[in-house]
Amino acid sequence: MKRKLLAFILMVTATLIVSAGGNSEKESETDLLGSIKIAGSSTVYPVSTAIAEEFNRIYPQVEIPIQSTGTGGGFKNFFTSGKTDINNASRPIKQSELEAARANGIEPVEFQVAIDGITVVVNPDADWVDNLTVEQLAHIWRPINPAIKWSDVNSKWPSEKIQLYGPTSASGTFDYFTEAIAGEEGSSRSDYQGTEQDNTIVQAVAGSRYALGYFGLAYYIENQDKVKALKINGVKPSIESAKSGEYSPLSRPLFIYVNRDSLKREEVRRFVQFYLEKTTSDLIRQIGYVPLPEEKADQNMEKLNQILKELGE
Amino acid sequence: MNGISRGDINCIQKNIYNRYSNIRIEKIKGKIFIFLCIVATLLGVISLVTLLVYVFWDATAWLNLEFLTNPPSRFPERAGIYPMLVGSIFLIPMVALYSIPLGVGAAIYLEEYARDSLIKRIIEINIANLAGVPSIVYGLLGLGFFVAALGMIHGTLIVGSLTLALRVLPIVIVSSQEAIASVPISHRFASFALGVRKWHMIRTVVLPEAIPGIMTGTILALASAMGETAPLIMIGAATTIFTAPRGILSSFSALPLQIFAWSDFPHREFQHGVAPATIVVLLLILLAMNGLAIFIRLKFSRKEH
Amino acid sequence: MNNDNIGAMRRDRIDITVHRAEILKDTSIGGIFFFCALLSVLITFGIVIILLKDTAGFFKEVSIIEFFTHTRWSPTIKPVEFGVLPLISGTFIFTFVTSAIALPVGLLTAVFLSEYANERTHSVLKPALEILAGIPTVVYGYFALVYVTPFLRRIVPQISTFNVLSAGIVVAIMIIPTIASISEDAMRAVPKSLREAGLALGVSEFRVTITVVIPAALSGIVSSFILGISRVIGETMAVTIAAGNLSRIVNPFNISDALLNPIQTMTAAMVEIGLSDVSGHSVAYKSLFAVGFTLFIMTFSLNLISQYIKYKFREKYL
Repeated sequence: MKRKLLAFILMVTATLIVSAGGNSEKESETDLLGSIKIAGSSTVYPVSTAIAEEFNRIYPQVEIPIQSTGTGGGFKNFFTSGKTDINNASRPIKQSELEAARANGIEPVEFQVAIDGITVVVNPDADWVDNLTVEQLAHIWRPINPAIKWSDVNSKWPSEKIQLYGPTSASGTFDYFTEAIAGEEGSSRSDYQGTEQDNTIVQAVAGSRYALGYFGLAYYIENQDKVKALKINGVKPSIESAKSGEYSPLSRPLFIYVNRDSLKREEVRRFVQFYLEKTTSDLIRQIGYVPLPEEKADQNMEKLNQILKELGE
Repeated sequence: MNGISRGDINCIQKNIYNRYSNIRIEKIKGKIFIFLCIVATLLGVISLVTLLVYVFWDATAWLNLEFLTNPPSRFPERAGIYPMLVGSIFLIPMVALYSIPLGVGAAIYLEEYARDSLIKRIIEINIANLAGVPSIVYGLLGLGFFVAALGMIHGTLIVGSLTLALRVLPIVIVSSQEAIASVPISHRFASFALGVRKWHMIRTVVLPEAIPGIMTGTILALASAMGETAPLIMIGAATTIFTAPRGILSSFSALPLQIFAWSDFPHREFQHGVAPATIVVLLLILLAMNGLAIFIRLKFSRKEH
Repeated sequence: MNNDNIGAMRRDRIDITVHRAEILKDTSIGGIFFFCALLSVLITFGIVIILLKDTAGFFKEVSIIEFFTHTRWSPTIKPVEFGVLPLISGTFIFTFVTSAIALPVGLLTAVFLSEYANERTHSVLKPALEILAGIPTVVYGYFALVYVTPFLRRIVPQISTFNVLSAGIVVAIMIIPTIASISEDAMRAVPKSLREAGLALGVSEFRVTITVVIPAALSGIVSSFILGISRVIGETMAVTIAAGNLSRIVNPFNISDALLNPIQTMTAAMVEIGLSDVSGHSVAYKSLFAVGFTLFIMTFSLNLISQYIKYKFREKYL
């Protein structure tokens, strides 16, 4: 008897808490329900998360769980089997992933959402290095005979082991970086600390004098006081240099891939529209990426409207 | 002169001196030993107190009603824990629902029905070992069974609570067993002497007396479930979600998961503001639960004799 | 037969019917409870089966020899290699550091609680220690990363952000109560007469503790040690947050490298895969279960050994 009473009290309490709380903002349309599942790239994660946060302020009843799994991980494990509606991607979808999705009856729709510049960072006290050429980067990250100490790259640099941090190969950043630097996607040494969580790389590099890591531009912009960005081939990474294309070869487009069938649901439709509208806004810049040029954004909108028409509205 | 010579006295004096100094050395060693023991005992407690002071100190500025009712945000000033708070609190009745009937039932069997046989020994050893299995393995069990084999959706409340229920089941069984075993056997015999059937006896005599002990054990088990992180990660709970779960099929997140996510954010406001505040909320909830358990134990044990 | 008898016989028949129904209800309820207990055994089997299934699938694609002898753990980066030794090395060094702190401190704590503390001190310290054990491991991991590592950095500036020492310290704090409580129980079980005998022989108090009580309680103490070690091996969140994700073979003789640099334990590797490669059919996903199975075997065996030692070697007092 007492147990039942306790359980009852707990349930009542839980229900009360659920109904009492909620968003403190008053500008909410509370009638839109549903859920939008998102996974994928840790680079695009801050963008999707920020947009979801803003979206939830308008539609607080829509569930938007987001996981940071890496682009490839998101495609392979969630998107192609229909477990998520949207996959964040910091590289274009591969042919094999496209086929896997289609084999399950899923048609991915690509939308570019921002432009990024992969940033290579070192500890602020690493005063011996300011700039790396692509060749030097390749020397550090190649799978065969990579540099072990800083002095291997340049004999004037300290004879200390380079402590390396970077994304794992589930990450689109990894794919893009290896292709741009080593010339072949996936070609990298493996004796570094790999992680899906870019903040871990920030922490690690900030804490070790001889560390070096790489991640999306936003993580550098957010943490400029903690890590030092290296110039690549003489060009400093920034929103401007990524936008103009001067920061190369590490500037790249960021995408979301939407399950075409998910667009039939109203909450997904509104979310994607909201997302695309925001791609030219300051929100993207705040996060640390390059907002899309107007023409690109218009192209996205046209594509979306076309699909919505086809889905039979 | 007969008797004791100077040499003898020297010898005796030396012996006495040695023996006393041995005693003295022993005493000193004894004192050092006790000192070491005290240091050891206090080491853990003082370290924890220090860390807790740091956490509470960092958290005070960030704890307010908004923190409890806002969803998380990339802006630390706006960040809150509402969805995780609801998620964690929702877990309590659900984990209780799945683990208490099974756990108490198993305990009743072991204490009231089973004879002291090999089977009973095996079951008890088994339960003791299940309690020692790392919680991440329970996460794998949840992933492999509920998500992969049964096809449930990853990251939903029901999968999370089922997995956690499995994790705490051994604790519920053992503490219920102890509670039931502590009911004096004379009460059972008195009941039988009145011609009452076994289940009736259990229902009317044993269980009511054992319930405080069962409740105490269960609350402690639920408290440990609230602190679990690894199993929830394995079954795919969301890294980020801004809405509270609405039902058992909702995606959810929980306080420990948010602590895990935020401990990674290198910004000062997160690491030394929002995250400690989340930890304080979690610890306060755990404190309340443990306090409740202790209160029940004290209140009902005083009633006894 | 008169009316009374017929009435009595009818009452008897009703009584018998009710009686039989009650027995049936009674037995069937007993059966329900048996089922509940059986479920716990089923859970063990369930764990083993689930783990084995994908482990077997894993070993179809990766040879057992590679798993247990190769020295590189690279589930996703080419060239893909699944050598579990670096993970075991990481787990080993972490467990060693944690145990080196926790076992002696736990034992001395138990000695204090059982031999020297008076009633009042005991009633304050025991709950205080329970609190240590009740704090979630994710909070300990946070402590290690945000407070302990910066503190250690003031003493040892070359310490890496993610390192073994910080995680080892906090997890040691976490399991001290477990070791202390089991050891204390074992020591309290030693009858007073043994201590008094020692004292009567003129042995000093602390020497009695060392030479009489501890050896008498040894089975319980060793059992607590093994249990503690098993828990540390299974520890997940503190190492994931604070000890890093760099899988490598750790040279235990290079102390600064072993303590101050990141490692990857088996549990941290599982979290890493779990965060990204969940519910796929890839080899990486299956490797999750292979490592999980290895972990399960290790901790399960240690737990069994711990119980065996406790019961087989305990002193039976008359």
